Amino acid sequence: MPWTTPSIKISTPSAITQGIRRLSYRQAIYEAQHQLLSTDKRVFLLGEGIDDASGVFGTTLGLTDEFTSQRVVDTPIAENGITGIAMGAAINGMRPILIHMRPDFVIISLDQLLNHAAKWFYMSGGQVSVPLTIRCVIGRGWGSAAQHSQNIQGLLTHLPGLKILMPATAHDAKGLLIAAVRDPNPVVILEHRWLFDKIGHVPEDLYATPIGRANICRYGSDVTIVATSIMVHEAMLAAETLANEDCNVEVIDLRSVKPWDENCVAASVRKTGYLIVADTGHQYGGVAAEITARITELCFSSLRAAPQRITLPEAPVPAASSLEEIYFPGQSDIIKAAKDILSG
Amino acid sequence: MTLPSPDSKTQLALYRQMLLIRHFEQKIVELYPEQEIRTPVHLCVGQEAVAAGVCAHLRDSDTIFTTHRNHGHCLAKGMSLKKMLAEFYGKETGCCRGKGGSMHPCAPEVGILGTSAIVGGGIPIAVGAAWANQMRGIPAVTVTFFGDGATEEGAFHESLNFAALKKIPVIFVCENNLYATASAIGKRQPAAGSIAARAATYGLPGKLINGNDVIEVYLAAGEAVIRAKQGLGPTLIEAETFRWFAHVGPVDDTKTGHRPANELTRWKKKCPIQHLRKALLSKKILTPDDEKIWQKKFDRSFEEALYFAKTSLPSGIEQLTTHVFA
Ligand SMILES: Cc1ncc(C[n+]2csc(CCOP(=O)(O)OP(=O)(O)O)c2C)c(N)n1
Ligand SMILES: [Mg+2]
Repeated sequence: MPWTTPSIKISTPSAITQGIRRLSYRQAIYEAQHQLLSTDKRVFLLGEGIDDASGVFGTTLGLTDEFTSQRVVDTPIAENGITGIAMGAAINGMRPILIHMRPDFVIISLDQLLNHAAKWFYMSGGQVSVPLTIRCVIGRGWGSAAQHSQNIQGLLTHLPGLKILMPATAHDAKGLLIAAVRDPNPVVILEHRWLFDKIGHVPEDLYATPIGRANICRYGSDVTIVATSIMVHEAMLAAETLANEDCNVEVIDLRSVKPWDENCVAASVRKTGYLIVADTGHQYGGVAAEITARITELCFSSLRAAPQRITLPEAPVPAASSLEEIYFPGQSDIIKAAKDILSG
Repeated sequence: MTLPSPDSKTQLALYRQMLLIRHFEQKIVELYPEQEIRTPVHLCVGQEAVAAGVCAHLRDSDTIFTTHRNHGHCLAKGMSLKKMLAEFYGKETGCCRGKGGSMHPCAPEVGILGTSAIVGGGIPIAVGAAWANQMRGIPAVTVTFFGDGATEEGAFHESLNFAALKKIPVIFVCENNLYATASAIGKRQPAAGSIAARAATYGLPGKLINGNDVIEVYLAAGEAVIRAKQGLGPTLIEAETFRWFAHVGPVDDTKTGHRPANELTRWKKKCPIQHLRKALLSKKILTPDDEKIWQKKFDRSFEEALYFAKTSLPSGIEQLTTHVFA
């Protein structure tokens, strides 16, 4: 699928782009919200400062004017209370999209998110579900530091009851947001700020990217690289370099980190015999830990070397640009891991 | 706005409701030592007037969010006794298929959309559910019951702020029973002002009432319901009351040293049921025969529900991992 191919360089071969509708990741999110607000009366947006002149990095710009402040609601700075309020609206017929500028602020709302939203359907014996969508934007760089650029997917995946999505392309930024709003469960979408200007194919219609399905964005037979969010793009760059050295890696964009597509990853690992997981989060008890453990269980006999994880160091996010540079892993770490794993 | 006193029929209904709640709680006290109810029970004996007085105004389409101490609210809101007891007994016929226990009752058919046992946790959810009604143009009210302890949580303040801001048709009912577990309120909150007074900071009416006087509760709740339905926004009611049993379980916690005995004795004299009973008997609105007939009815329906609960199948393995996701 050309539209899920990450556009690391904006110039994609013209044969693919001709006649194909292209939008940025940011525009794709805007369009999904616009279409959802236009077609579904139950949908409304809420969040801190979502109607201001920056419009959540441009993803909500103008929506208040078009849909009124009744449906695009600026909220008090009260993340836990507002999450509970959004949840209350969700269990009573609405489809709220709650927006946080940073995942770090979600941490304040963990009581309502984990003690309430994630368990409500179960505790009610299957009577009351919580169709709540939470968008949050992963910040990174420019000294955003320890409280403004965390990756919380590992934290959120531990307890049952939440779905967690990490779109890497414009196509999936739209498709997964629509899927989340249609889903009867609480869904958290982690969008990466560095992807907001990435261009990709985005169909005009109101389509959903299926939750729980990965996308193979490069086929290869030598090593499987499973990546999330911006690491998909790093993996695609690494794959190009490795291809020049006769190493053909398969790159899987996980898209949905919970539930995740273990069939897709297992099939790939059975073919290649090698697994590298590149996640934007931390290692301990995180997404990469879960994938390597599960794939080891499923494909033990196919594995020809121990899986490798590319994750953040065991330290909070530092501020200095010299430290940021070494803190966040990138394509060179993936290339090194591939070479290491193949050389045994 | 002052409402006229309720007519004798309504007074009788309020009395009967309190009696029903007391009856239920007494049965639980009797049954609990059998150890077949394997879920913590937070009894509301002594606090019946609040549930009865507030819920008397509500229809099935109105919603309540209660707490760990929910028996009175659920009964007054019309929850099925069978489903409630079956849930206590961990049966798949229970209101939550055995997944909720006593602390998370859910009965959407009568406006109970689920219950949080996190102190203060249900308050914002109630505000959101009420907000949804406002957005959808549904003329229903939502009540959130909570204890004095919950007013120390941020969620309480965040909810008051937002509900006042958006004029949300929600009623905050604080049952101030002067304790959170065994901590007296004086050790937890500054002496200055009441809980009700905190409403003023957020610009909504706050009313401190005698929570053991069901007529007073009924009138205060009635005003709040009218305000909410007229689009005037939320109200905070602080109903002062007292629980007769320990925080959890059928235990006299004055004997365990958790609360002073003389305090309980004083409050027992202010029993909400006796208080109204005297008035109704003297006005000949109530006769001892009425009570006998009701007691028999309560006994019969409780026995039926208990039989249902005890003979239902225990929640089976198929319940274990279902309903994690819708
Ligand atoms: C967030 C949270 N903290 C602590 C508890 C433990 N706990 C359960 S009930 C309770 C006391 C609550 O007091 P109050 O709100 O006054 O209600 P009451 O029990 O008096 O009805 C506490 C501390 C809890 N359930 N949730
Ligand atoms: Mg209390």
